[in-house]
Amino acid sequence: MLSPARAWREYPQRYRLEASRCTECGKISYPPRVVCPGCRGRQFETVTLSREGTVVTFTVVHVPPAGFEGQAPLILALVELKEGARTMVQLADVPDPSQVRIGMPVRLEFRKIAEEGEAGTIFYGHKAVPA
Amino acid sequence: MKVGIIGYGAFIPRRRIKLEEIAAVWGADATSYKRGLQLHEKSVPGKDEDTITMSVEAARRAFLRSGGVEPERVGALYIGSESHPYAVKPSGTVVGEALGITPVAHVADLEFACKAGTEGMYLAHSLVKAGEVSYAMGIGADTSQGAPGDALEYSTAAGAAAFLFGADEDRILAEVVATYSWTTDTPDFWRRVHMHYPRHGSRFTGEPAYFRHITSSAKGIMERTGFEPKDFAHAVFHQPNGKFPIRVGKRLGFTMEQLETGWLSPWLGNTYSGASPMGLTAVLDIARPGQLILLTSFGSGAGSDSFVFRITDRLPEVQELAPITRVQLDNDKIYVSYGQYASLRGKIRMGE
Ligand SMILES: [Zn+2]
Repeated sequence: MLSPARAWREYPQRYRLEASRCTECGKISYPPRVVCPGCRGRQFETVTLSREGTVVTFTVVHVPPAGFEGQAPLILALVELKEGARTMVQLADVPDPSQVRIGMPVRLEFRKIAEEGEAGTIFYGHKAVPA
Repeated sequence: MKVGIIGYGAFIPRRRIKLEEIAAVWGADATSYKRGLQLHEKSVPGKDEDTITMSVEAARRAFLRSGGVEPERVGALYIGSESHPYAVKPSGTVVGEALGITPVAHVADLEFACKAGTEGMYLAHSLVKAGEVSYAMGIGADTSQGAPGDALEYSTAAGAAAFLFGADEDRILAEVVATYSWTTDTPDFWRRVHMHYPRHGSRFTGEPAYFRHITSSAKGIMERTGFEPKDFAHAVFHQPNGKFPIRVGKRLGFTMEQLETGWLSPWLGNTYSGASPMGLTAVLDIARPGQLILLTSFGSGAGSDSFVFRITDRLPEVQELAPITRVQLDNDKIYVSYGQYASLRGKIRMGE
């Protein structure tokens, strides 16, 4: 389970979809990297990703892990955003997993991701929903 | 200096439950409820939707219609709700961080039963008018609950509306002509600390609360501005069910034609702090330049905020830049059973 401290450090990417663009080769990394996987460059500028993309692939989890109880079936999707960056997100607002298709257009929406029980903090971030 | 709305947006969750589905569980007569309350169905938040998430989405839509206002230039953010996810820890900090409004901003959560949304709008408008900030945002959002089997369970719904205020002449969509508030201490509806569901004074909620406050506030702002009901193209009143907003509107002298555009409750339910603000978004979606709009909220406890808006030439240019409220209300619906609804709303007692 995510810790509140780690979630807090990752707010820019989790809350605002901030990614890093390599000033050397232009490759966009999300989540942001320290070293560019394309050219090993270390200079980046911050870009905000658009919230539109398509499903590259997906899997259905019928027994969700702790913190995600009550969300079965949990659909996890690899989504490619317009800028080319790929991110693994939950696919929400799809009552029947058999409706999911590779190539399906989706939109990222701000959602509750998990919570540390009834007394702990609530983690927020983005999920994909059918566009 | 003119001050007004420069961006607006609404968010409605996709899930719905039909009134018949609720009535069947409690052995109630759906037909008489539907006729009595004029309600057909209501929105239901998903397990992952709350006041914070809906506020962020509504606010992003307001920015889409704002002509490129940068979030960091917004100096104040107010979230009105009676279902803030935390009892202690503001919703506004999460929303502000997600929008990019923080850190240089005044942020606060507001509560006043169903009128917390217009309170935020009132404060946001006032701060811009005073010259304290260039832009300010007021949001009304709720995922309210009624006790199982209570009359409130048929209406309590989820949704959000966000309004960005500013004074840039070329950005104003709806100029604020006047504001007016009317408040008394009236014990019509309440929820004590640690209680899960609210209580209401049954019949006491009608005449001395809803009708008295709305008519006093609406009449007050019309007296102050010199306008009469016939001067307005649209009027929006708080919508605790389908029946009340039409009854109070007609009593004040408005026609069905003036009331129907902002009348969302028969298919949306009561979104509490989001209710009349969401009705206003539906009006802004179709309003034409020069038209006058009256908005009057109501919050139990009790009080009513009124606004008179004048639509500018810019509004038609931005209406289509973000999702239209009626389109969200009528499309992509996911119907849930009462069992799914009970699970989604945490009404089922789980094992430790
Ligand atoms: Zn590179």
